[in-house]
Amino acid sequence: MQGNTACAEGALAAGCRFFGGYPITPSTEVAEHMAAKLPKTGGVFIQMEDEIAGIAAVIGASWTGMRAMTATSGPGFSLMMENIGFAVMTETPCVLVNIQRGGPSTGQPTMSAQGDMFQCRFGSHGDYSIIALSPSSVQEMYELTIKSFDLADRFRVPVFLMADEIIGHMRERIEIPPSVPRVERKPLARGVLPFHPDEDLVPGFPQFGMGYGVHVTGLTHDERGYPCTTSPSLHEELVKRLVAKIESARHEIADYRVTNPDAEVVFITYGSPARSVEQVIHDNPSDRVGHLRFRVVWPFPEKTLWEFPNARVFLVPEQNLGQMAREIERHTSVPVISLPKLGGALHTPEELKRAMEAWR
Amino acid sequence: MRHEVRFSGFGGQGIILSAVILGRAAVMYDGNYAVQTQVYGPEARGGASMSAVIIDDQPILYPKVTTPDIFVIMSQEGYEKYGVQAGENAVMILDSSLVHSRPRCRYVEIPATREAKQTLGRDIVANIIMLGALVKVSGVVGETAIERAILDSVPKGTESLNLKAMKLGFELAEKGNTV
Repeated sequence: MQGNTACAEGALAAGCRFFGGYPITPSTEVAEHMAAKLPKTGGVFIQMEDEIAGIAAVIGASWTGMRAMTATSGPGFSLMMENIGFAVMTETPCVLVNIQRGGPSTGQPTMSAQGDMFQCRFGSHGDYSIIALSPSSVQEMYELTIKSFDLADRFRVPVFLMADEIIGHMRERIEIPPSVPRVERKPLARGVLPFHPDEDLVPGFPQFGMGYGVHVTGLTHDERGYPCTTSPSLHEELVKRLVAKIESARHEIADYRVTNPDAEVVFITYGSPARSVEQVIHDNPSDRVGHLRFRVVWPFPEKTLWEFPNARVFLVPEQNLGQMAREIERHTSVPVISLPKLGGALHTPEELKRAMEAWR
Repeated sequence: MRHEVRFSGFGGQGIILSAVILGRAAVMYDGNYAVQTQVYGPEARGGASMSAVIIDDQPILYPKVTTPDIFVIMSQEGYEKYGVQAGENAVMILDSSLVHSRPRCRYVEIPATREAKQTLGRDIVANIIMLGALVKVSGVVGETAIERAILDSVPKGTESLNLKAMKLGFELAEKGNTV
């Protein structure tokens, strides 16, 4: 199965019943597959006039209680930024798939990249936090899409599946389970204000048709949902909660794989470069090379770096000029060496082996 | 048992579909692992097209083809772009009705496009003839596996035409000019 198809199949298995978006290479197969399959499940597929409207429709659908998603790539992702902030502020669960291609601008439509890792974290204005996942196989395109929906509903936040063209377009073996467990949205309790958070800092979600009158606004709002834009303390409290509900749960959200934790030379990856590192480790078993592979990239789980107590160097191959390398550097005194590669080609195992040998 | 298979020809011949069918046969019917990739660009019908499949009985880590051991070449331009670097230990199945060059490695001449037109009346199934020949020559997937994968992948109503093409590929490979 193709990666993009596996993503759409994962969404359907997770109970996604709404897709709003606009096709763009190299993500188009996600939309195509959803367009073919969603109507048969009683769901709705809408091709909107652009990506701005696409994410807007997704936000609206989510407020009716549906699991809703969109899929795009660089230029479309840039267009979505304003409404991503709206989804954050209104605490709207939704899933955005970005099959990353070469940027800036229209860049390299058909080539792989990982250049939007900071954009998904910081691209909209204001302070906020989101969750982002990164698959490195077709199997994970399926599994992590499902996980994205669960995390979106659990934390009432936009969740980003930050794949790359290589994973989106390759076909490989995938095993699909007979059924998929699902984390339901926490319903809003009777008599509780719609934006009143529980202990986990996440408010219950009002259910459509149950008699709640809810005002949904991107303006700073009180617990009723009504705009209240001039109180410094209310704004500070709201924004701090939106950040804290994600950041304080970052070790619960963390999802990663560790290979050879006693290693001195450690690769850190997410997405397709992980496959090159796995090949290096397989081909050089006596070298005891370490590998930390993130399946969840944001919120950044800094404690995962402690899994390698003997690390002398962290090598970070990315299809960008060192975005996550910069974040990793912030959290450790171990030297972090960025191994950037632009243009769309995957790091070859030989290139990584040379980099590794230089640091032995 | 890792095998790396590279297909090349021109857009419209079904170069990518051939790779998808081969990968499907390996995974679904032989129980192996496979990764299929392709050169994915703005090329349209007529331009050089390339796709690749890695087949292994172990999980495949690095997903890109590095040193193919099997080539299926269906156009002269495809040969020049993707076939010339074939190593000495590789085997190449080439459509001798369209490819004029010959490699240094072992090769098998299959006049697939001519046979598709003359024997089956449809040149569109030339790629399935090549796929049949590939399986006969290399054994990378089983004959039943490729048959079932072809049946899964071709449009309804064309099954018997495609199976005829596959079997013609088997035959041409058996009596084909191997050099």
